[in-house]
Amino acid sequence: MAEFKTVPANAPVADKLLNWVDNRFPASKLYKEHLSEYYAPKNFNFWYFFGSLALLVLVIQIVTGIFLVMNYKPDAAMAFASVEYIMRDVPWGWLVRYMHSTGASAFFVVVYLHMWRGMMYGSYRKPRELVWIFGCAIFLCLMAEAFMGYLLPWGQMSYWGAQVIVNLFAAVPFVGPDLALLIRGDYVVSDATLNRFFSFHVIAVPLVLLGLVVAHIIALHEVGSNNPDGVEIKAKKDPKTGIPLDGIPFHPYYTVHDILGVSVFLMIFTAIIFFAPELGGYFLEYNNFIPADPLKTPAHIAPVWYFTPYYSMLRATTDPMVNVLAGLIAVGALLAVFRGRLGGGAKVAMLVAAVVSIVLLKTFDAKFWGVVVMGGAVVILFFLPWLDYSPVKSIRYRPGWHKWLYGIFVVNFFVLGYLGILPPSDAGTLVSQVGTFYYFGFFLLMPWWTTLGAFKPVPDRVNFAAH
Amino acid sequence: MKKLIALLLAALAFTGAARAAEGGVLWDKFPERKLTDLAALQNGARLFVNYCLNCHEAAFMRYNRLQDIGLTEAQIKDNLMFATDKVGETMKVALDPKHAKEWFGGLPPDLTVIARSRSAVGKGSGADYLYTYLRTYYRDDTKATGWNNLAFPNVGMPHVLWELQGQRVARFVDEKDPHDPTKSVHRFAGYEQITPGTLSPAAYDDAVADLVAYLQWMGEPTQNARKRLGVWVLIFLAFFTLIAWRLNAAYWKDIK
Repeated sequence: MAEFKTVPANAPVADKLLNWVDNRFPASKLYKEHLSEYYAPKNFNFWYFFGSLALLVLVIQIVTGIFLVMNYKPDAAMAFASVEYIMRDVPWGWLVRYMHSTGASAFFVVVYLHMWRGMMYGSYRKPRELVWIFGCAIFLCLMAEAFMGYLLPWGQMSYWGAQVIVNLFAAVPFVGPDLALLIRGDYVVSDATLNRFFSFHVIAVPLVLLGLVVAHIIALHEVGSNNPDGVEIKAKKDPKTGIPLDGIPFHPYYTVHDILGVSVFLMIFTAIIFFAPELGGYFLEYNNFIPADPLKTPAHIAPVWYFTPYYSMLRATTDPMVNVLAGLIAVGALLAVFRGRLGGGAKVAMLVAAVVSIVLLKTFDAKFWGVVVMGGAVVILFFLPWLDYSPVKSIRYRPGWHKWLYGIFVVNFFVLGYLGILPPSDAGTLVSQVGTFYYFGFFLLMPWWTTLGAFKPVPDRVNFAAH
Repeated sequence: MKKLIALLLAALAFTGAARAAEGGVLWDKFPERKLTDLAALQNGARLFVNYCLNCHEAAFMRYNRLQDIGLTEAQIKDNLMFATDKVGETMKVALDPKHAKEWFGGLPPDLTVIARSRSAVGKGSGADYLYTYLRTYYRDDTKATGWNNLAFPNVGMPHVLWELQGQRVARFVDEKDPHDPTKSVHRFAGYEQITPGTLSPAAYDDAVADLVAYLQWMGEPTQNARKRLGVWVLIFLAFFTLIAWRLNAAYWKDIK
């Protein structure tokens, strides 16, 4: 326990009060550690706005969510009408609802950009592995949160989107049908499903999400922020004060900086809310203004834009794709056996593993492997810290062709996302199959390609030009 | 970095161009100016309660909300309410679903948010669709109702506004498919008026535009207020951004 501190009897009341609190709760300590004496690198750029923006959107979602729950009815017979009630009869209900629906998409926009920042500057590398893993868990939670929230308006897309995605779980071998039944609570998406999704959306997942966000920030503040140069600022400290030479207190410098970011973000956010809340059918899908009808399947069911890259990968996993995958595994195993510098035991193990995976690939339905691919595309992110072997953290000091690989990765992600919106087509499937291979190849071959090429020397101190 | 941005832009351009036009009749552009024209909205409301609100409901729309388009409660009660005497009621009708199934093949959809639900990416807004749909009816004796529609082939709803528009038949010609000479396409080649309507074609289009303006407004009664408020919010945020920018600069001038 910390020493019990006293203040002079003639000190201002505010000081006395703070001292009283500090002796019982680490208020000043927390403030210093996380704000006024948390030293962040001074060379943050544009990409560093999205962490604080993600936090802002989280708060917007929680606050607007609280008000929506006051008027929303999680009942299959009343849900659609209650949303329209919010839009029409609840004072400012339309604004709260549009903030929440736009916030859902905005959340994914800022989180995708935040993750991309981490990838570019190697923010997941040692010692920030846990920061990254907590972040990936947040992303996973966010996907669950968005998926279940999307059922609540009980429109046609809500209903059939949920039906399609929950049916995917039925493809899991042996337990699939029971698993799907457990998720739905019924044989089709129904009132029972709506009730449990509501419960998860407003209580369970947000609780986990908040806990993870706290863990994410605590872990970050333990190791300190990375920066666009990927230089560890703690390596060069002022010998007298022990403060990193390139570090500046988070408050006030980054708080005023983030206020500017928030302000610009809110301009875009409110422009969408007030002038294009449907955003051309991408933020609020047109079909979702038709009440859910279990007897009428829409001609084309697509998830909301933020899921479509993964949905594309799911649809890309057809029987021919599984065959190609099996072939690749066979070639890889043979190469390892004949050309690899491995011991005899390892070679045998490799061969056995390859045979087992090929047998499994051919035993189970391609639909199941599609689910595995879709899930794997998210799960693989967790392993990024142990896949990247590059001698430098930041993309700035990597060979030029690495930048191209990263660029193609982004373009590929956009193309997959776009194809996921469209109805399936032969050409689209082929492109998304190539895209899926690129996505996984990018990560799985990282231990190899990230070591190749001529890296530029990393400076001792960060690059910074005064504003 | 610049290369990445260029690549991203290229990808976006590609996705835009790849959105090919789908089949079906092209939608006419709904005259947007009608949305802010109170007289048009009021005329649309009149047409709506007279022609639509017999079979279709607008179960989320309250009669007294019509005050937003400049009507008084007395006007609403005296002229627009046929099914209820409580001005706070929603626009419901007493159509037996069983009869609806017999007459039209299904329950007529609720029209509260119909304009929002009928938008389609790449084709146009829901208002464009409705404006086209209500103007492309033609006589077709092969159908149970005696009516068919270009924008909604084999539609279950008869042409409710036929007295206004009059009766028309559609002429079709069979042509060789330019992409596949073995096939022929059934191409629409214009209407032929059989009996005149009470309105001239131009006046009919105008009346339909009023009705669609009303439907669009009813889909989201706050939409005009929303846009007006948005202007103020953006003006405030622009001002706030300016201050935030200078505040940021004032602090950061110390950082060398």
